[in-house]
Amino acid sequence: MEFGIYTLGDHLPDPHTGERISAEQRIHEIIEYARLADEAGLDFFSVGESHQDYFATQAHSAVLAGIAQATKDIKIASSSTIISTSDPVRVYEDFATIDLISRGRAEIVAGRASRIGLFDLLGYNVRDYEALYEEKFDLLLKINEQETVTWDGDFRAPLNNAKVLPRPQQGKLPIWRAVGGTPQSAIKAGYAGVPMFMAHLGGPVTAFKRTIDAYREAAQSSGFDPSKLPVATAGFFYAAETSQQALKDMYPHINEGMKKTNGQGFSKQVFAQGADKRSVMNIGSPQEIIEKILYQHEVFGHQRYIAQIDFGGMPFDKLRKNIDIIGTEILPAVKKYTAKQQEE
Amino acid sequence: MNVVVVAGSIAGSKTRTAVDYTVKSLKENYSDVDVTLLDLAEYNVQFSDGRNYLDYDGDTGYVARTLMKAEVLIIGTPIFQASIPGSLKNVFDLLPGDGLRDKTAAMIVTAGSARHYLIAEQQLKPILGYMKAQIVQSYVFIEEDNFYRREITNDDVLFRIDRLLEDTMVLAETSAKIREAKEAEYDF
Repeated sequence: MEFGIYTLGDHLPDPHTGERISAEQRIHEIIEYARLADEAGLDFFSVGESHQDYFATQAHSAVLAGIAQATKDIKIASSSTIISTSDPVRVYEDFATIDLISRGRAEIVAGRASRIGLFDLLGYNVRDYEALYEEKFDLLLKINEQETVTWDGDFRAPLNNAKVLPRPQQGKLPIWRAVGGTPQSAIKAGYAGVPMFMAHLGGPVTAFKRTIDAYREAAQSSGFDPSKLPVATAGFFYAAETSQQALKDMYPHINEGMKKTNGQGFSKQVFAQGADKRSVMNIGSPQEIIEKILYQHEVFGHQRYIAQIDFGGMPFDKLRKNIDIIGTEILPAVKKYTAKQQEE
Repeated sequence: MNVVVVAGSIAGSKTRTAVDYTVKSLKENYSDVDVTLLDLAEYNVQFSDGRNYLDYDGDTGYVARTLMKAEVLIIGTPIFQASIPGSLKNVFDLLPGDGLRDKTAAMIVTAGSARHYLIAEQQLKPILGYMKAQIVQSYVFIEEDNFYRREITNDDVLFRIDRLLEDTMVLAETSAKIREAKEAEYDF
């Protein structure tokens, strides 16, 4: 199983000091964060776009280009690209270019935005939320399959034998469909036979198992082989000496950050349950986290896990420490076990 | 304590009359409360379209944010066509599913007929409960004949409102203490 890191690109004050670093520093720290993850042997790093207050990576493909230059082996992607309000041709041009800069390491995770600020910003009607996503996602897939595209739809001028260049070094870009926790959106990814990137805030592993099952069943019924369709799960991660210390370190960042970006804090009661082995939140001591990830792997049979550590103004030294723990303790154990399991 | 008193209809005057008395009584009897009157008739609120409440602007954004900042909500509402007015339901629809978590909510209901008495019990309380409010169980139900020219003419109604406010503030303060004690137990 692959192990990665993702950031939403949030730009929030550290709740312990009330101070916020500059956007310049935040972006450089994100690039450095990716470089450290690469050095520590992690498989994947991704950056999201959110067009609202308290975010710094609206131009996430530009940040990814910086990361492509600063890293060597790690796969780099969006998490996610809001395809609904973007032109798939431009998105493809950007990510094919990032693929060339990174010499074949780029991927796209395409989502539909949980907040709608950018619909106003870019002149789209939020009532077309679903239709925009489905149409533009389909076009993106088509551009990935064919260098010359003929296409017409409702939300973009038609393409008539249009050449979309450059082509990626990999030939085709891995394109994932971003899915919230519900089976309904997972089923659509399954019908389309595209890899699924599932993000979650919290809750029991077994609840998300239903979503993954629904995805694989839908894929099967559409004639795709589910064993060939990768699943990635993404959620909160924090490692410290003890689970108590991990909860203590992370909670104020999540709670205060959610208040500012989402308008509601994170319940302490729910967060406390995050330390339980059965929860999808990977918060605890390194050994506890290893056990949790292996349990999740057993239940989900997923191909990639992606950790969100930096939300809510987490200081950089804590991120560095976490990458260090992942690289030296968690990653080797997870790789060893999941490789063995694959052999069997 | 941040108290928001809502007049939930854009039609009629009885609910506003009851709500005005509620605001006056709160200001006179509770020194540490910060009271905001939110009469939906004074705002141009759009229909909920499912977006995050922070994404609404203008009057709609103001109404949604004011409700989310409240620690105590006192909801005044008439009964129309055997239910709460659409204007009030729309305001709930603007907020997150658990948007009333950690808030204490009380109800003052005005109606033209005694036959509407259980509407609040059967239709308003379930909404408040679903949205995770701490609900003051009893509510004040005021019939038409207690009003004359924007005044409440029955002292019993005034006493009942005063008692509701006492119950509401005690419940809000107690809930806050319970919550603090519970949160302190977590040690994080």
